[in-house]
Amino acid sequence: MCTVIKPGMLTTVQDRGRTGYRAFGMPVSGVMDRYAASMANILAGNDPGAAVLEMTMLGGTFRFPNETYLAVCGADMQGTLNGKKIKNWSAFYVPANSELCFGYAVNGCRSYLAFYGGIAVPEVLGSRSTYTRAGIGGFDGRALQADDVIEIAKADRMPFAPRELSYHHLPKYGSEVRLRVIPGPQEGLFTPEGLRSLFSQSFTVSPRNDRMGVLLEGPTIEHAAGPDIISDALSAGAIQVPGDGHPIIMMADCQTTGGYAKIGFVIGPDLSKLAQAKAGDSVTFVECGDQEAVAALAAENLSYEKAALG
Amino acid sequence: MSDTNIVKAGEQGVVVEFGNVIDPGVNARVHRLAQLIASDMPDEILELVPTYRSLMVYFDPQRINREALSEKIRLYLESGDQSGDRSDTATVVSIPVCYGGDFGPDLDFVASHNKLSTQEVVQIHTSRAYQVYMLGFTPGFPYLGGMSDRIAAPRLAQPRVVIPAGSVGIAGSQTGIYPIESPGGWQLIGRTPLQIFSPGSANPFLFAAGNFLRFTAIDAETFLDIRRQVESGSYLPVTGTIERGGDAACAL
Repeated sequence: MCTVIKPGMLTTVQDRGRTGYRAFGMPVSGVMDRYAASMANILAGNDPGAAVLEMTMLGGTFRFPNETYLAVCGADMQGTLNGKKIKNWSAFYVPANSELCFGYAVNGCRSYLAFYGGIAVPEVLGSRSTYTRAGIGGFDGRALQADDVIEIAKADRMPFAPRELSYHHLPKYGSEVRLRVIPGPQEGLFTPEGLRSLFSQSFTVSPRNDRMGVLLEGPTIEHAAGPDIISDALSAGAIQVPGDGHPIIMMADCQTTGGYAKIGFVIGPDLSKLAQAKAGDSVTFVECGDQEAVAALAAENLSYEKAALG
Repeated sequence: MSDTNIVKAGEQGVVVEFGNVIDPGVNARVHRLAQLIASDMPDEILELVPTYRSLMVYFDPQRINREALSEKIRLYLESGDQSGDRSDTATVVSIPVCYGGDFGPDLDFVASHNKLSTQEVVQIHTSRAYQVYMLGFTPGFPYLGGMSDRIAAPRLAQPRVVIPAGSVGIAGSQTGIYPIESPGGWQLIGRTPLQIFSPGSANPFLFAAGNFLRFTAIDAETFLDIRRQVESGSYLPVTGTIERGGDAACAL
């Protein structure tokens, strides 16, 4: 059991997302940074895709009446346990009557808290992810509030061992993010100059970014014949370019369909990097083929396997 | 089929495009392909999302590469062509609607805008079945085709902050239902007591893309009666079948 003292800026329960209902207009949701969330789960002895708490920019304060085990990965929110610093990217023992406190992210912007045993909220449409716009999933379909009580599931796993993630697996959160992009499906609706600006210029993360999408400022991308298409399907990673030419990269809570031309898709493994980008950070794009994308996926999964082995 | 394109949508998506128009026949082809693939849903295909004129196929790139998947999709397309389209039928879901009054505050406007009586607007709105081209915007929100231009009306100049779930509206020559409470700018002509989206139930969505919807007019008393049945879980949706494609939308 875990009582929320302060919820932080935006703290929600998320897992790998609610797939299988996109044909019904149901967004996938799920963790924004799959890598950090998976590593937190692995350190906590859970499946990489188990439900975690996703904290945004400012972390929360939590009380634990009973002893338990936790892991924290992602942005460094200067966590303390009963006043003592805890290491980021580590799993640790929590004695009974403990208070865990997080502050502002000093690098990155999303931090993941995994509970040994997992978070015991009911699945909705096969997922524990919170989708706040429809008020479903997670904790009552909403972000956590003070006095919420989160139940922790009983672990059916091996005994827990406190540890830190090997430095081999630690990502670097800087102010420059490079994203690999597979062009399409509507790259033909942009001028050659438009395509060139995507891959040759540097963009800036706008303050207008949330779980639905990340808006980029800076250079504009030129359409060949207007921004509108007959609405078709999209998913996280899609780069939509509306009429003003400023690209929007769709993220976890994005709608299932959209009506702006999509110049390309950021590959899945690179979305974790974008999830940690803050307003003002710079973003560049590099073209990528299927082979490189699949190799990146395989490398990501291999990291999880290695981390699980210790 | 030679007029279909298979294009990339990230490392785990391909889009099968059937032209570039909003058209019941084109949309019927999208749903036909979706049905064909769904009927034997190979493990490497994760999810299908039919839209107006294209089908998104999400796949596992670690189990099948794009070329092999595209080849598979072409085989589905060919087998679909050979099976013939003529006996193709779709499900029609009946949507009871209480028109006007508090449930449809803009019915009077839609009537006066089109120089019709409110009864005529209701009669025209309920006179045909509408093809669900796709779902999107919010969970369960249907993009419907086939509304008569005689009851078309512009969007509100100032969108409402809260529109109750089940509200039935008109925007331009489109009609639709708000499945969940949300903001919106459509002219509201009525409300259905049915729950379009019930996340906790075994059948969370009342209808799917590719179905047809038919609105039927009910009075306030019937609205409350159906509402009670929906809440107690005893309401059974009324469904039928319809021939799909072309002018079929007007057949009922």
